[in-house]
Amino acid sequence: MSTFLQVFINGAGKGAVFALLALGFVIIFKATEVINFAQGSVALVGGYIVFVLKPHTGWWLAALSGVVAAAVLSVIIERVLVANAKLASHDALAILTIGVDVILLTEIVRRLGTEAAPFLGDPYDASPIHLGDVTLPKTQTVALITAIVLISVFFAAFRWSNWGVAMRAQAENREASALMGIRSSRITAGAWAVGGALAGIAVLFMATQDFSGAGLSEGTHSLAIYAFPAAIIGGMTSPGGAVVGGFVVGLTESFTAQYIDLDFSKVSVFIVMLIVLIFRPSGLFGKVEQHRV
Amino acid sequence: MSDPTTTSTVVDETPPTDHTDATTTAEGPENASYSIRPSRTPLGRILKIVGTIVLLLVLCLIPLYMQAQWLSVGTWIMTGAVGGMGLTMLLGQAGQLSLANTFFLLVGGVSYAVFAGPTDDPTYVGFGLPPLLALILAVAVAGLAGALFSPISGRLSGIYLGVASLALVFLGFWLGRVLPALAGSTSSGRSPVQFGIGGLKVDPPEPIIVLLGTPLGKDERKWYLFLILTIIAYLLARGALKGRTGRAWRAVRDNEAAATVLGVSVVWSKASAFTISSMYCGLAGVMTIWWYSLMKPDESEFGTFGVTQAIAFLAMIVIGGLGSLVGSIAGSFVVFGMPLILSLLTQGGSGGVQSGTAFSPIVITNLVYGALVVLIMMFEPRGLAGIGNRILGIFKK
Repeated sequence: MSTFLQVFINGAGKGAVFALLALGFVIIFKATEVINFAQGSVALVGGYIVFVLKPHTGWWLAALSGVVAAAVLSVIIERVLVANAKLASHDALAILTIGVDVILLTEIVRRLGTEAAPFLGDPYDASPIHLGDVTLPKTQTVALITAIVLISVFFAAFRWSNWGVAMRAQAENREASALMGIRSSRITAGAWAVGGALAGIAVLFMATQDFSGAGLSEGTHSLAIYAFPAAIIGGMTSPGGAVVGGFVVGLTESFTAQYIDLDFSKVSVFIVMLIVLIFRPSGLFGKVEQHRV
Repeated sequence: MSDPTTTSTVVDETPPTDHTDATTTAEGPENASYSIRPSRTPLGRILKIVGTIVLLLVLCLIPLYMQAQWLSVGTWIMTGAVGGMGLTMLLGQAGQLSLANTFFLLVGGVSYAVFAGPTDDPTYVGFGLPPLLALILAVAVAGLAGALFSPISGRLSGIYLGVASLALVFLGFWLGRVLPALAGSTSSGRSPVQFGIGGLKVDPPEPIIVLLGTPLGKDERKWYLFLILTIIAYLLARGALKGRTGRAWRAVRDNEAAATVLGVSVVWSKASAFTISSMYCGLAGVMTIWWYSLMKPDESEFGTFGVTQAIAFLAMIVIGGLGSLVGSIAGSFVVFGMPLILSLLTQGGSGGVQSGTAFSPIVITNLVYGALVVLIMMFEPRGLAGIGNRILGIFKK
């Protein structure tokens, strides 16, 4: 039973991190209908900033800078590239972000070099919490709490703040919201900033010994790929779905790694996604696209 | 009429002149989404034939004058081009965004290694079939795998399919690790039987052939083998795209409802595109293991059959121009050719030793093709093929 609880907390903690990443995808998708494939490398850039600044400024300031850098980078991608590619369709824009992703990933991996990959979770990493006979990894626990707080704040803002209302209006009907005086450019830039910041936060948990056993490296970027099935399982248009999808992915991965096979755990996530897609091609909570003939 | 889930606007930027754009697509080869053919005049046609003959002659003469290391650059570009043709038909012509191409590469490679492998090997499964038969069967198995996935791929569109197809890449990664008797172990791999018909073998090069004073070694023979395969692949693909099949793919890509009205079976059209594309990737997989002389499943996600390589293929056809067959060859030059060419050119300069943070040929290539993808999507969504057609257009006037 204690193993089960450990695996559960482990999976939920990982799921929380995937939920943050997936939420970033969904926010960006809702605002601009672009799938941001560069999300993983934006996280990597944020992590790299943390790694560089950490020895000089201490962890907290470095982490804050990393998150801000990720947000700013994300906005730059949107303002400079995506917003200016007016001719391109949404799929073309997704391919454009793949190009951005290749550039950022290559450059960061080159900068990190072949030295040992740095760990980023200083305050919580590799210091397990003991509750009776249950040992919990602190990183996952902190990630779970952080994610719950952030996701709650996000949903509150999405529901009640002016930004949230404006964004939902724009997602509903772009032209009508423009006529109501909503500045489209500000809303989309804001959405990309939030998406980038969430990626910057997620990387602080991913590049740890507890989470993956690997530091900041190309592997961190592949971990971020799990955010795709998370967002797809939930449905690309549903923020709540992204959170559910994130937890589904995290728990599936942990339980299959524990009870079946570590190698199989990577596939299992995608198999779950395929099964969901077979029955619901737009994800669990996604809006079904309707085509008028 | 425009459907946000298809890539129609990626390929064809010319706005439809009337409401029947899908109809015109299905009717005439003059539609801009497939290669613009500037040679309508008799003179143009003659020039085209002469040009093709000259090009073929040059390609046949290259092995006689180039060093083996440059030949292997060429064969690697051809390998990429065959895989790229498969993907460009699927994404550019049929409008299905799939990243599963490296999975079908793996299926093709493993199938060939198994079919052609020796029967008396205690560690690896082998059927000992002749290489030509093994090649055909490997392509068929890759096609079958694609056909089996097509009920799923047909239901999904746009980015949902893109991510769903990643599932296959991860499935292949796992299968490669758990089936070492078929795929070879992840540490050492298995060595595939090289191609040969009857007594004519690629590696070891038997019997000895001397052409215009140059003895044909294994690299020269590989060049000719790959060249023949690439030409066959190109001609078949061109035939498919010019004919009924290609018209059906484009009709479905542009508007499923309109295609149905025209009598095109959407399900069948999508499934055939996926299957044929998988067969091309399977062939590219066999060429890959011939090129490496090794069938080795990936140890990490960044290997020959992984996500990174799938994205490299995608970048290749985007750079070449979505839907363009010649473009996929040009794209392969950039994405597959450049790291090899750069490392050959810089040999001796840095002594071959690269420190961890050096701008290695692979780093440079990745930066270049990443930047090209971004620029092309922003300014010339039809890629190198579009640029080429514009240049041809200038001469036409």
